[in-house]
Amino acid sequence: MVNVDSLVGRNSLHRKVQRSLRIQKLRALGLIAPLFIFILISFVIPIGDMLFRSIENQLVSEVLPRTTEYLKSEQINEGWEPPDELFWHLYIDLAIATEVKLHTRVGSRLNYEKTGISSLFRKTGRSIKKFGADDYSKALSEQMPELASIDYWELLSQGTSEKYGYTRDTYNTWKKNLIANDHWSEKTKPSDFLFVVLANDIKSQEIDSSLDASREEKLLPVISELPEIGFKERFLDTDEDWAEPDVWDTIQLYSPSFTNGYYLNSVDFKKGSDGPKIRPENERLYVLIFSRTLFMSVTITLVCLLLGYPVAYFLANLPLKYANLFLILVLLPFWTSLLVRTSAWKVLLQNEGVINDILVATGLISNLERLELINNQTGTIIAMSHILLPFMILPLFSVMKTIHPSYVRAAKSLGATPWTAFRRVYFPQSIPGIGAGSILVFILSIGYYITPELVGGTTGTFISNRIAYHISSSLNWGLGAALGSILLAVVLALYWVYDRMVGIDNVKLG
Amino acid sequence: MAKFQPYDTASDKAWYYIFRVICGLIFFFLMFPILVIMPLSFNAGNYFTFTPEMLRLEIEGFSLKHYRDFFTNPDWQVALYNSFRIAPVATLLSVGFGTLAAIGLSQSHVPFRRTIMAILISPMIVPLILSAAGMYFFYSRIGLQGTYIGVVLAHAALGIPFVIITVTATLAGFDKSLTRASASLGAGPVRTFFKIQMPLILPGVISGGLFAFITSFDEVVVVLFVGSASLKTLPWEMFNGLREQISPTILAIATILITLSVLLLSTIEILRRRSERLRGITQS
Repeated sequence: MVNVDSLVGRNSLHRKVQRSLRIQKLRALGLIAPLFIFILISFVIPIGDMLFRSIENQLVSEVLPRTTEYLKSEQINEGWEPPDELFWHLYIDLAIATEVKLHTRVGSRLNYEKTGISSLFRKTGRSIKKFGADDYSKALSEQMPELASIDYWELLSQGTSEKYGYTRDTYNTWKKNLIANDHWSEKTKPSDFLFVVLANDIKSQEIDSSLDASREEKLLPVISELPEIGFKERFLDTDEDWAEPDVWDTIQLYSPSFTNGYYLNSVDFKKGSDGPKIRPENERLYVLIFSRTLFMSVTITLVCLLLGYPVAYFLANLPLKYANLFLILVLLPFWTSLLVRTSAWKVLLQNEGVINDILVATGLISNLERLELINNQTGTIIAMSHILLPFMILPLFSVMKTIHPSYVRAAKSLGATPWTAFRRVYFPQSIPGIGAGSILVFILSIGYYITPELVGGTTGTFISNRIAYHISSSLNWGLGAALGSILLAVVLALYWVYDRMVGIDNVKLG
Repeated sequence: MAKFQPYDTASDKAWYYIFRVICGLIFFFLMFPILVIMPLSFNAGNYFTFTPEMLRLEIEGFSLKHYRDFFTNPDWQVALYNSFRIAPVATLLSVGFGTLAAIGLSQSHVPFRRTIMAILISPMIVPLILSAAGMYFFYSRIGLQGTYIGVVLAHAALGIPFVIITVTATLAGFDKSLTRASASLGAGPVRTFFKIQMPLILPGVISGGLFAFITSFDEVVVVLFVGSASLKTLPWEMFNGLREQISPTILAIATILITLSVLLLSTIEILRRRSERLRGITQS
C-alpha cells in the first residue's frame, strides 16, 4: 500500500525535523564528548579502580596456587593438623615466591588479617634454601651433567609425557614468575628445588615396570640413595607457627580472588570460617572513627547554620549596595587559600598563641590554665566551621534574597509579634536555603582531610585521615579502599539528594 | 527607609542593635584569622604571637626577615616554581575542555543532560582524599604516578566543575537570537562563535579559569599522592611545614597568598559586573 502522507510530503517534513533534531543532539554530544572522555580517564576510572581494590584479593592465590588449591577441600578447626602433603605444596610455592621476593608481599597481605604472618613468611623465606634441595641438585647433576643446563629443562618442559606433569608445571610456573619479575636471563640456572620435584616425579613411577628412558635408569639409583626431605619437620623447625590451625585458616579464608574481608574489617568485623564475627572490644576502631566523623560533621554543620543564618539574614535585608560590600567579608575568607586559613588557626589556637594570650592578658584565665584549643576535637570544629561557613552563607543568602519583605509585613499587620512573624512566615520560606547550605557543608566536611590532619591531633581526626594513613603508611590499600568506598557511598547519596533538591547546576560560586 | 517605625517597641529596638552586634561578631570571626596573620608575618622574632615590642609599635619589633627567607630559601623557591609550572597548564586544560562542554550542555536538546552534568561536577563533590587515592592507584598502573603530566591531569579534572558551573551560568543568560542574527547576516558557525558568542561568555570563561587556577594552586591532597618529591608545590611545602616544625616563614607566605586572593576576588567581581552589563542585566 502507498502511504498517502508520504505522497503529500507530510512525513518527509516530519523526517526533516527529526533529522535536524538528531543533528543538534549529536552536535551537543560532540562538544561534550572530549571533556567526558577526559573526566572518565582522569577521574571516574581512578575512582572505579579504588572500588575494585576494596574487594580484589588475587595476590594470595597467585603466589600460593598449589597451597590454596589443596586447602580448598580442607576442613580447618581447632584440632586440625596440617598434613605432610600440604607442606610439599607450600614448599614449591614458597620456593618460587622467594626467588622473586613475592613471599614478603603475601606475608604482609596476610599480616593485615593475622599479625605475625609477615615475620613467619620472611623467616621461612630465609631458610627455605637450606631445606636440603642442594643435595639433590648436586647429586643429580653429577650423575647427569646436562641437568645443570636450562636447555635440558626447556626440552623437558616441552615434552608431553604424563610422568613429568608435575615437574613441567612447576618449571613453567617458576619460569613465568622469573620473567614477570625481570629475573630471567640467558644465564639463569635451574633452581635446586626443581631437582627435588623431578626426583619426586621419577620416584613415584618406581612401580612402573616399563621404564624405558635412560634418564630414569641413570637417576633412580642416585635418588634412592638420597635422604628424603621431611618438609613438615623442616617448616616446623623454622617456625612452629606453621602447626597453628589459625595460620592455615587465614590463608584458606583469603584464598579466593575476591573478598569481602576488607569491608568486614571496615566495620570492625572479622572474617571467620564460620561467618563474620564482631571483633573483641579492644580491636574495634572503625565504627568509632566513622561515628566520630559523623558527629563532628553534624556539629560543624550546626555551628555553620547557627553562625550563617543571622549573617545571611542581615545581608539579604540590606540594600544591595551595602550587601555587596559586606559580602566581600564573606568571600575573602572563601577565596583565601585553605592552607593559609588552617595555618592561621594553628597559630591562633596554640597554647602560646594569640587567643590564649588575649585570655590571659584580660584576666579571664590564669597563665597556668591556658586552654587546650588545638590537637583535639575543639580545634578541628573551630577551624572547619570557619572554613566552611561561606558555603553555608552563600546558598542561604541567595534563597533569602528571594523572600519578599511584604510577607513579614503582612503577618505583622495581622497582629503577629516579630518573633511569630519570623517563625511562621519568614523561617519556613528560608528552609530550602537551610537544606542546600547544610547538605553542602555536611558533604564537604565529612570528607575533609587537610584541616583535621593539621589541627586535629589524635582525637579530632576524620575517617579520611585513616584512609590516607592506610594508603601512604600502613600500605593496606584494600582496607583504605574499602573505607573510602563506604565514605563515597555516603557522599554520593547526599549528592543525589542535593541534586534533587537544589539542582547541581544551580550552585553559585561567589 | 527609616530605621524604626513609630510603632516599634523598645524591645524591637533593642533586638535590632543586639542582632547587629551578633552579626558583627560573626563577621569578626570570619575575618579575624586572616587579619591577625598579616601583622604577625612582620614579626622580628620567631614567635607566633605579638611580642611586647610589636604591641608598643616599636620599629625593632618588626622585620621583613620571614619574607627574605621565603625569597631566598631554595626549597620554597622550587615549590613556587613547581606551582607556577603546574597550575597554568591544568587551568588551560580545564578551560578548554570545560568551555566546549558547557556550550554543548547549554544547547536545547541534550540527551541525559542531568546525568552528564552530575558526572562532570562530581570531582568537586567527591572528597579529595578519595580522588587522590583513586588517582594514586590508577595512575600507578599506567605509569603516570609521580609525573608532571599525572599531576596536571589530576588538577585539570578537579578544576573542570568550576569552569562548567561558571560558563553554563553565563550561557544561561545568553540571548540565542544574537547567533541567529549573525547567521542570517551570513556568518558561519565558527565566525559566529568567535565574533558573537565568545566575547559575551568570556567573563564567565575567565572567572571559571580563575577558579580552576586557584583550585590547582591551592591543592595539596592530590599532589601529595599523585606527585613526587621533585614536584613539591607551594601548598605541599606549607603542609609539611605545618605538620612538622612550623616555621614563621609560613606566615609570610600566607600574607602573600592573601594578597593574591584579594586580587583574584577583585578581578572576578569586576568580570561579573562587566558580564552582567554586557548581557543587559542591570543591578536593581
